[in-house]
Order: sequence, then C-alpha cells, then structure tokens
Amino acid sequence: MMPLPGALGGLVAALATLAPLATLAADIPAAERRSGYEFIGRETRAMQDDDAANPGMLAVLDGEALWNRGEGPAGKSCASCHGDARQSMSGVAARYPAFDAALGRPLDLEQRINLCRSERQQTAALPFESRDLLALTAFVAHRSKGQPIVIPDDRQTRRLVEKGRAVFERRQGQINLSCAQCHDDNWGQQLGGAVIPQAHPTGYPLYRLEWQSLGALRRRLRNCLFGMRAEPYPNDAPEIVDLELYLAWRARGLAIETPAVRP
Amino acid sequence: MARVLINLPPKAKRGEVIEIKTLISHPMESGYRVASNGAPIPRDIITLFTCSYGGEEIFRAELSPAIAANPFIAFFTTATESGTLEFHWSGDNGFSTTETVAITVE
Repeated sequence: MMPLPGALGGLVAALATLAPLATLAADIPAAERRSGYEFIGRETRAMQDDDAANPGMLAVLDGEALWNRGEGPAGKSCASCHGDARQSMSGVAARYPAFDAALGRPLDLEQRINLCRSERQQTAALPFESRDLLALTAFVAHRSKGQPIVIPDDRQTRRLVEKGRAVFERRQGQINLSCAQCHDDNWGQQLGGAVIPQAHPTGYPLYRLEWQSLGALRRRLRNCLFGMRAEPYPNDAPEIVDLELYLAWRARGLAIETPAVRP
Repeated sequence: MARVLINLPPKAKRGEVIEIKTLISHPMESGYRVASNGAPIPRDIITLFTCSYGGEEIFRAELSPAIAANPFIAFFTTATESGTLEFHWSGDNGFSTTETVAITVE
C-alpha cells in the first residue's frame, strides 16, 4: 500500500501564510528540545502510553518472532549471535545511525540489520519498508525505549553531522523550502490544522494513524519532501542516512519512544 | 495468523468489575479505495468479534468498513468465577482467529 499524498495538498497553501522568517536556522537549545509526543493530542498520547492499546506493539511482537527465526543456509537467527535482545540490544537504537568503519559510511538501523542478514545469515536483504524489516527494526529499537539518544562527539561524526545539516538547511523543491525553515524556525506554529513539531526522530519506526500502519523515518522524510514539492530521495540514497544522522544528533538527550504513535 | 494482544488482570476478586482490552493486527481494507492502477481494492475486514466467559457469550461487536486498521476493542465484565475467556474474530476471506486467556477469581 503506497502512502496517499492527499493530506499534504493543504501544506503548500498553509506555508505561504507563515510569517516572514526573522531568525535563520539556529540549533534548538537542549532545554527547549521537545519530542513530537508533546505536540500530539491527549488521546494519541494515551494510545502510545498503553502497551495494550498501542498498535505498534503488534509489530514489536512480530519482530521478536523474526529475531528468533533461523534464516539462510546455516539456519542462523539474530539470536544465534546476539542472544537475548533484552540485554544485547538495550541502548543500541539510541546510537544509530552509526559510522561503519569497514564501509566508511554511516548506516541506519535498517541498513545494519540488512548487513547482518547478507554477511552473517547469508540471506537476502529485506526490502525497505517491508513488513518484516519494520517489525525487526521496531523490536530492536523498542529495547532502547526510555534511553537517551547518544551520538558520539568525535571528528568523524562531526563531519558526517555537518553533511546532514547541509541537507537539512538546503532549500529545495518548487516552493524553495528547507527542513530548517519549518522545524528550527517555526516549530510550535500552526501549519494547516497541525502544529509543526521539532522533527526529532525519537519514536521510529512509529505507528501513524494517517498511514494505518507502522512506518520508518524514510517514509516520513518522503512525506515532508513531497509536501515541499521536492523530489524525494531514493530509499538507498546517502542523503537519507546523512539526514537521519543529523536529526539524531539534533535530538541528542531525548528518550527513545519506539513504537511511538502519531496522528 | 493474525497477531493478537489481549490484556486483562490474571487475578480478580469475585464480583469485581474488570476491564478487558483486545488488539488484533488486520488491514481493515474498506473496499472503497482504488489502487494506483485504478483497480478497486476488494473489501477485507473483520465483521464479527465475540467474547465468551466460561462458555457464555458476554460481549459481541459487529464491525463495519469505517473501522480503522488493527481494531482495538475494550469492554468491562464482572468477574464471577475462575475459568477461561475465549475471544473470536471472524471476517472476509475466511478470516478466523481464536484466543483463550485464563482468569483466576478468588
């Protein structure tokens, strides 16, 4: 099922009414950093907070089954190497995207899982946004729930973060907007019927009521780019991981919420 | 097999009112949408949910195409005696799932 672009039609019209931008993209100070959770309605929060009502938990359970399922010629499962995810995966998602020295580039959690599949399990990579990859990612990320996002502050990571920042601040698309114009300069303001959040990737993969399913950060970025009338990046584009890394760095200190629920 | 989450207290006092929460994974395709090639997507929904307690039906819901994916149904009952609660979902394309949960009443 492809996401339907209908709801984004109003975005363009609403953007035209934004007040002239007084300040240009400045980082949000740590004290003002707020998860998207604080911008959503009471009912949606209640849904996220109750594990018995959060539909994302269904995917976490699916992911647990996949974690223990043998794959490839040797029948190796994730658990064969990593054991009990409760210990081995605790805090892992809070450190992703992370630099992979062997490949010389950053990888997000989905790509890391697929690298394990191709190198260790010797089986086919799961397609981006497939049900199984979303479920496995949700299961792994759920093990970090409540832990703060930690991105290392070294020269290597700094360089990558700056690449991501360049994408975030680049004006693009037919209405010539950048991510920063909404999420750094105008968060908290109305955009159509919704409040602009700060765009912190704390709860991915998350359950969006509009999607009626779980979705990855890739899908959210594609939605935003579509609303900006820009050409979305392909799923394996390096810009996506750069952007994801910058967003994680920008959200450092905020707690992981996977699986979050958003309207 | 659909993934199901059922939440109810494992133990209750006799006469206590307990809340039962159920969540099931299902696309609940309404039948009113079309695919990107213009072809209609056929309806695929859960049409009936029932819950019985010790063999007696205590709750029943008929579901319609307007209900969102992964239906969440919560309801209350009075804990009368120890036994099992049986939950049953059925719908289009021969969909049928049954789960049982035990409860101890003191």
